[in-house]
Amino acid sequence: MAVKAQAQPLASRQASVGTLRQVLAPIGQIFVFVVGSSLILGAIVLVLALLLSRTQANLLSGVLTVLPLVIIDGLVLGFLYATIALGYTLVYGVLEFINFAHGEIYMVGAFVGGGLGLWLASQGLLAAMHPLLFVVFALLVAMTASGLLAVGIERFAYRPLRNAPRLVPLISAIGVSLVLQDLVRLLAGPSRFNLRYPQLGLSRRFQLLEIPTAAGANLRVAIDSQSLIFIVTSLLMLIALNYLINVTKLGKAIRAVAQDRATASLMGINVNLIIAMTFFIGGALGGGAGVLFGVKYSTVNPYIGFIAGLKAFTAAVLGGIGNITGAMVGGIVLGLLEAFVSTYLTLFTGGRFSGPDYASVASFLILIGILIFRPSGLLGEATTQKV
Amino acid sequence: MALLELQNVHTFYGNIHALKGISLAVNEGEIVTLIGSNGAGKSTTLRTISGLLSPRQGQVLLNGRRIDTMPSHEIVKLGVSQSPEGRRIFPRLTVLENLEMGAYIHSRRDPQYQADLERVLDLFPRLRERVAQKGGTLSGGEQQMLAIGRALMSRPHVLLLDEPSMGLAPILVDQIFSIVQDINKQGTTILLVEQNALMALGIAHRGYVLQTGQIVLSDSAKRLSENETVQKAYLGLD
Ligand SMILES: Nc1ncnc2c1ncn2[C@@H]1O[C@H](COP(=O)(O)OP(=O)(O)OP(=O)(O)O)[C@@H](O)[C@H]1O
Ligand SMILES: [Mg+2]
Repeated sequence: MAVKAQAQPLASRQASVGTLRQVLAPIGQIFVFVVGSSLILGAIVLVLALLLSRTQANLLSGVLTVLPLVIIDGLVLGFLYATIALGYTLVYGVLEFINFAHGEIYMVGAFVGGGLGLWLASQGLLAAMHPLLFVVFALLVAMTASGLLAVGIERFAYRPLRNAPRLVPLISAIGVSLVLQDLVRLLAGPSRFNLRYPQLGLSRRFQLLEIPTAAGANLRVAIDSQSLIFIVTSLLMLIALNYLINVTKLGKAIRAVAQDRATASLMGINVNLIIAMTFFIGGALGGGAGVLFGVKYSTVNPYIGFIAGLKAFTAAVLGGIGNITGAMVGGIVLGLLEAFVSTYLTLFTGGRFSGPDYASVASFLILIGILIFRPSGLLGEATTQKV
Repeated sequence: MALLELQNVHTFYGNIHALKGISLAVNEGEIVTLIGSNGAGKSTTLRTISGLLSPRQGQVLLNGRRIDTMPSHEIVKLGVSQSPEGRRIFPRLTVLENLEMGAYIHSRRDPQYQADLERVLDLFPRLRERVAQKGGTLSGGEQQMLAIGRALMSRPHVLLLDEPSMGLAPILVDQIFSIVQDINKQGTTILLVEQNALMALGIAHRGYVLQTGQIVLSDSAKRLSENETVQKAYLGLD
């Protein structure tokens, strides 16, 4: 009896240590990839700068000055892609289906947040509100709206096709995304095609560090409020998602359904409900990303979902589709890569090539490369933390 | 009234007629075994009872109530649980998480949950040592234990076991069968599908012999094991 009393707490303690590790490990992995990609990309850039500085004076100091900004931009973009990519990967995990309407779910979230801002302003409530309160409020409303939208799409556009050949729901998804783009365009009307987010007066910059330089003037590394909000909020969403998937009963049920749908139903799990919940979670993350995008870049339009969706999909594939940590890591790597290409391609070619135009080229080259050389994704099969 | 009853059940896979009018009954407290050669329809019968397949004709009754029109997750709530063919452990969930999924229909705050977990870990001490291990990394025998344990976690009235001895070393087979008997003595009614007819008839009260989707024989386990045709066809005795 005494032995048993000892054995049980041990069993549950082992399990809860495992749980904590499961929640923190993906965050650790993100951190490793953030630092790793920044170092690798930074090193490549420095080597190029050194090689080119023979012909171009001052190149090296220019490169160094903008480096912190590039990394911050890359992180913002990276978290944007990561948050959207999770929607693709979650749904793929449970249904082995690419929800190509997910980019539009993100776009709708951006519009709901922006629309809420307009409405609050028209009621005179916005001015009385702390900007952060608005952000939180907009996030909650947009995440709910996008989540419900995703559930509705699943119910009416995908579920009836669940036993159809794989291409059929894919076509349905493309149809849904066209409908959503035009619906939002119609509802917004010509005057709000480019919907402006309210000016939140978040002009504060937070100094992170000060690097002394040879030239005397210290190099100040600062981050603007919007970027900070972006990074912190999306990081919180990622942690919450990890907790949800790894620790809660719902999360375990989602994983069970992903691994074996028929057996999950033998456990008493309502598979359709769990699939709907998965769409809700993915949709809510997408909607949240939409609001963060609006807050950071201040205008949104009905077509932002297309490219962002494509990039996020690339990120999901980069990390190994169906793999949650992979989607986060893939997003970060892709975002950093794009930020580096955007800035430094222009700088190194003396403006002959416009970096921002080629950033997407770099992303899609990566996608092609991954598909050819490492289809299981950056993290590979062995370490995958699949749904 | 029987606890579980099938009346003239016909089940199809597309246009493959797999069950051709199965009628059988399982009474409270019994171990009933279903034997038959490969492809006879044993697993199909269990899948039909659990609601993974719905019969095109006929009825499945639990305590006299029709369950054949219900989705499988509802049937579990009524007290019918299955350890499916091929174990079907969730490979990327840990042993503990697999067991937790077995108890999905109960709240985690259910005070009974810890007791259920203890009971299963007592039945299968090898699982206790491996609670944090991923299901997919267990050996075949351990997976079988986990599948049975998982099915017990819902506190079923009726436990459906599909070939619990498959691929196990003889010593483990004996162990599993004696555990099945223990589970039955603790009050769970069992419908046992087995290739290993000798062992199954050894612990069962009654048995049915299935052939190409039809029941060809049904009798007490004792008389079935003495039956000449059964001996020739399923027990490997001449
Ligand atoms: N998913 C399926 N699609 C089509 N036919 C199937 C399917 N599953 C089973 N069958 C057919 O139904 C019949 C009964 O199969 P079932 O799995 O019930 O046999 P079984 O008695 O359990 O055999 P075994 O002892 O080999 O497990 C077989 O002829 C089989 O080929
Ligand atoms: Mg079978």
